[in-house]
Amino acid sequence: MKRMHIPKNTVWIGMFLLGIACIAVGLFARGEGEAVLNKAVNLCFECIGLG
Amino acid sequence: MTVKERFARFRKDRPKMNALKRKALQIAAFGFTNAAPGNFLKGTIDKGAWKRFCAPGMNCYSCPAAKLACPIGALQAVNGSMDFSFSFYVVGLILAVGALTGRFLCGWLCPFGLVQELLHKLPTKKFRLPKPLTYVKYILCAVFVFLLPVLYVNFMGMGAPAFCQYLCPVGTLEGGIPLLIANESLRQLMGPLFWWKALLLAVTLTGCVFICRFFCKLACPLGALLGLMNRISAWHLEVDATACVHCGRCAAACPMDVDPVAKPGSCECIRCGKCKAVCPTGALRFRFGYGDRKKQTDNND
Repeated sequence: MKRMHIPKNTVWIGMFLLGIACIAVGLFARGEGEAVLNKAVNLCFECIGLG
Repeated sequence: MTVKERFARFRKDRPKMNALKRKALQIAAFGFTNAAPGNFLKGTIDKGAWKRFCAPGMNCYSCPAAKLACPIGALQAVNGSMDFSFSFYVVGLILAVGALTGRFLCGWLCPFGLVQELLHKLPTKKFRLPKPLTYVKYILCAVFVFLLPVLYVNFMGMGAPAFCQYLCPVGTLEGGIPLLIANESLRQLMGPLFWWKALLLAVTLTGCVFICRFFCKLACPLGALLGLMNRISAWHLEVDATACVHCGRCAAACPMDVDPVAKPGSCECIRCGKCKAVCPTGALRFRFGYGDRKKQTDNND
């Protein structure tokens, strides 16, 4: 069976664009930035060992 | 100047210049990530809008000086929230950064990476981490960063940031200890969890003295995710097989115990450039993108 050779440039460009798309979906469509902000601006007791 | 004198000067200058450049960038990144040091005296954390964006490495967002969010903390926060169970934003960020540069930010920008390297400068006998232990970080990442925040939830459906809560030494070092020093009221909350994390911190810092980048090799979930993309990332290490004389200097210089000639795309490589700097024949180089440039030039003629 013939192996399919995908050039590495195609792979990293594809993954980069997928990453950008995921960032756009996460930040603008789902509002995950606000979830991160809400967590980060309040003292995380679990993170400092007091939770 | 004889060939031998040129060779000697080449060996002396490049490692030093690479080390200076890297240290300067690491310190700048540390300062950029922790740009509110005044909060150490106030005993509070920064509440600015920049905290929706992720820092270039492991840096707890409960550090008083932190202006940005920890990417792993942010990942768990979204995964464990009531509204989401998967973070497209942070995973997309890791994908995009990893596809471009692989684990470059581990080697040049991560604040905790800088702390580990400074500790390793202490003059003691040095050891290597056994290779099988480098796979532990993938298990920790899968279980504590992705699974537990989604599966182990409270009555409201919110999951705890399991890696931050049970394992991460960065939060204890940068957030826990400074805040406990500055806030007497917080000291009443110290319990078994804090002492467990203090023990982990002590083990990590001690490990860093004897083993270079101990936390990066053993447990870092961010390094685990970025390292998976080392083999295909645009910024990568190339070996000129015709120029390599197999002297072994690159493998000896590597802080991550990688043999750059045998495995230039190793998941452990943090792209620090030490191997390239010590190579006597210039057989190692970093490149952006793939393809045969000479062939492209011939085609253009």
